[in-house]
Amino acid sequence: IRRTSEPIEIEDRLESLICRVGEKSTSSLESNLEGLAGVLEADLPNYKNKILRILCAVARLLPEKLTVYTTLVGLLNARNYNFGGEFVEAMIRQLKETLKANLYTEALYLVRFLCDLVNCHVIAAPSMVAMFENFVSVTQEEDVPQVRSDWFVYVVLSSLPWVGKELYEKKDVEMDRLLNQIDGYLKRRLKTHVPMLQVWTAEKPHPQEEYLDCLWAQIQKLKKDRWQERHILRPYIAFDSVLCEALQHNLPPFTPPAHMPDCQYPMPRVIFRMFDYTDAPEGPVMPGSHSVERFVIEDNLHNIIKSHWKERKTCAAQLLSYPGKNKIPLNYHIVEVIFGELFQLPCPPHIDVMYTTLLIELCKLQPGSLPQVLAQATEMMYMRLDTMNTTCIDRLLNWFSHHLSNFQFRWSWDDWTDCLALDADKPKPKFVKEVLEKCMRLSYHQRIVDIVPPTFSALIPADPIFFYKYQDEANSALPGYAVAITVGNAIKNRASNEEILTVLKDVPNPNQEDDDDEGEGFNPLKIEVFLQTLLHLAAKSFSHSFSALAKFHEILKVLTDCDEGKLHILRVVYEVWRNHPQMISVLVDKLIRTQIVDCAAVANWLFSPNMAHEFTRFYVWEILHSTIRKMNKHVQKIQKELEEAKDKLERQQHKKVGSRSDEDGQLEEQIERLQEKVESAQSEQKNLFLVIFQRFIMMLTEHLVRCETGSVDFSTPWYKNCIERLQQIFLMHHVTIQQYMGTLENLLFTAELDHHILAVYQQFCALQL
Amino acid sequence: MSIKLNALFSDSYVDVSQYRDQHFKLLESSKDVLPPSILQGNRYEQEKLLKQANTLYVGNLSFYTTEEQVYELFSKSGDVKRIIIGLDKVKKTACGFCFVEYYTRTDAENAMRFVNGTRLDDRIIRTDWDAGFKEGRQYGRGKSGGQVRDEYRQDYDPARGGYGKVVSRP
Repeated sequence: IRRTSEPIEIEDRLESLICRVGEKSTSSLESNLEGLAGVLEADLPNYKNKILRILCAVARLLPEKLTVYTTLVGLLNARNYNFGGEFVEAMIRQLKETLKANLYTEALYLVRFLCDLVNCHVIAAPSMVAMFENFVSVTQEEDVPQVRSDWFVYVVLSSLPWVGKELYEKKDVEMDRLLNQIDGYLKRRLKTHVPMLQVWTAEKPHPQEEYLDCLWAQIQKLKKDRWQERHILRPYIAFDSVLCEALQHNLPPFTPPAHMPDCQYPMPRVIFRMFDYTDAPEGPVMPGSHSVERFVIEDNLHNIIKSHWKERKTCAAQLLSYPGKNKIPLNYHIVEVIFGELFQLPCPPHIDVMYTTLLIELCKLQPGSLPQVLAQATEMMYMRLDTMNTTCIDRLLNWFSHHLSNFQFRWSWDDWTDCLALDADKPKPKFVKEVLEKCMRLSYHQRIVDIVPPTFSALIPADPIFFYKYQDEANSALPGYAVAITVGNAIKNRASNEEILTVLKDVPNPNQEDDDDEGEGFNPLKIEVFLQTLLHLAAKSFSHSFSALAKFHEILKVLTDCDEGKLHILRVVYEVWRNHPQMISVLVDKLIRTQIVDCAAVANWLFSPNMAHEFTRFYVWEILHSTIRKMNKHVQKIQKELEEAKDKLERQQHKKVGSRSDEDGQLEEQIERLQEKVESAQSEQKNLFLVIFQRFIMMLTEHLVRCETGSVDFSTPWYKNCIERLQQIFLMHHVTIQQYMGTLENLLFTAELDHHILAVYQQFCALQL
Repeated sequence: MSIKLNALFSDSYVDVSQYRDQHFKLLESSKDVLPPSILQGNRYEQEKLLKQANTLYVGNLSFYTTEEQVYELFSKSGDVKRIIIGLDKVKKTACGFCFVEYYTRTDAENAMRFVNGTRLDDRIIRTDWDAGFKEGRQYGRGKSGGQVRDEYRQDYDPARGGYGKVVSRP
């Protein structure tokens, strides 16, 4: 046993040696690389394939250590020319595979690695230029999505900080031609998608540039500086005498794979900037927004987060030990990159809560400096709330309230008294109010009263109490009061569902026509009496309320058997718990999951006139997005069941070719049923989006028409909120909505629509074109 | 292209801890009566369940922390299916722990990565995998009715009944 485990141990050791080269060592990086190159060279006869695979993997997965590994490969190539050749071949194979698998980010890193191998004398510059020429020629293709040619241009431009100098020294004429072609492409490409992706609508103080435009400006500046780039760590320079003796390989001609319908290119981005050199007055100067240093730093920081997001302590440590950190205001870069990811549209690269926890770890590791930068950032973002995208405001207030809850809610609230003078619907007071509400959810009402100055009392959330209509004898004149008392007692005495339904028969129906002889039509008063009383008895906690809903599920089903019933139950929930949005949220969730109400009912309720005064409150959108997500997960679940059943049938039939059994018949029946279920679920899902979009269109059109007729500016805070909430539906659920584009375009987003509303749809379409 | 470099991309926050519930599967039977082979089987099964679990044990809560607060915090990593607040066996009041069950394992993993070790009600809370809630597990197992840790601790913690029971007992 020992003999066969040894090679595995050696392979693990090789993996560890290669992955960890340069980390936590007393010797210099150069001597570590030299040592490792010697070890690997000695192991080549026995472990060549393993070493090739490990090196290919680090090239693909560790872009933040790119130049460390290119140097290593350079040293190996100098010692063993054949190995260098085999490595290049393996990399090309890997590049083809990643492109085929829609792994565009990894493909990008592979190309960049190949570029840096030019600097290490492994690959001949002219063959790299030839590859670039093939990439840029994609811009000449017709009838392909813009995001396809975007990607190939991005790959070329983003590699130039590493290899621009070398390529220009060897092939300046060709490179100039390339850059001219790129320039022409960038001038004619469409930028419809940009407004939808910008965090702030204002150009000042920092324009939110489209990512290719920003990179182009950075490369232009680099070119003007004669490709002098001083930020990237280049260990190969120390080995120049060895490396320049090495023989180089030519890249084989590489044709970009043709466009296929199922190719999913990366979506365009906007570059998030919130700091410049004036914000970090002491210490090293922050590189300008169009400097290539800024690009490289941000790229590396994003890559570190991508590699280590699951382990927050490691991630924070890696960020803070960024090589070259003494020459830049690292804390500012880190904070900017983190918020850039958190606010990224459509979605952050990683789950929101990761960023909160990462920032807390960073504060722990740099208690003397990072909290101050974070406070400065928060202050800046507060100042610019007026032009911040609503979706980003949501994420900001979620982050801020959660962050505060880890630091005893300590904040200089007095600095924000300016918001008190503004109308409550303006972004700043609204933000503070929503933050305090979220803070309350993580603590309790009195705590919030205690942490803010008395002047902020108008923004303090309401005390989350229950409003019971039939509370005491003062309400005895209300219709249904007597039955409410009886029902309450019946519940307390553990009456059966039948007994309670019998009691409820005594409730008169305000809509006499709806009632049939049995007294079982839609009766809003019955719903009111029963549900108010039930929820009142169960108001103590979430668990109590959930138990109540579960216990009386049958009754609720009977009472809400029609659309009006479903709508009314939601209205009652709101009436009683209107001071406790969190409770409304969890109850609605339970009502959907237990199928007492359906998703469309929730959407109709949130958009109904009764809820118009709550329309701009954060919790309303939490509920709506949660509802859409539940619908999506439901469809996915049944689709998965269907796939699994189909796979099972295929496997079964494979085993006994020709003959059919009872099992097959059963399975086929099951598949048919699941197919119907999937279609029904998808139909429900499509309907949900139609309802939501229709409502938006109606509300926005009404507002726009009213403003035009009255010659009033339509751009009110309400309008900004509403149009950005519409955007948010598209952005947050873009994967699902893609399936229904045809229907949306034909039924709703037609040319007759007001152009302000249609623009949102067009910008969304531009994200994938 | 198959190497994932596991050595480098560890996910240690999601790993199962050393703690094992000694009462696992043994509520109905007596530990003394069972042969070692069955006990060992229990451990194996327990570990398997922990590695698939969607449920987390949450410890070091204040006695005053509400279900609502737990919901809000743990919802940040995904939809919460249910919360069971741990109770003093005698007093039937909250005694500083709870279970949080998610609909999916992924959401529970994200809680282990990003909620574990952060603050709730100003206290650093600790989460750990749980093999699944069973009736009876919502009660503290300390002699006095609360959690075992509150029986023997020496410090004064106003959010957990003051001094440990061993200190306050004459």
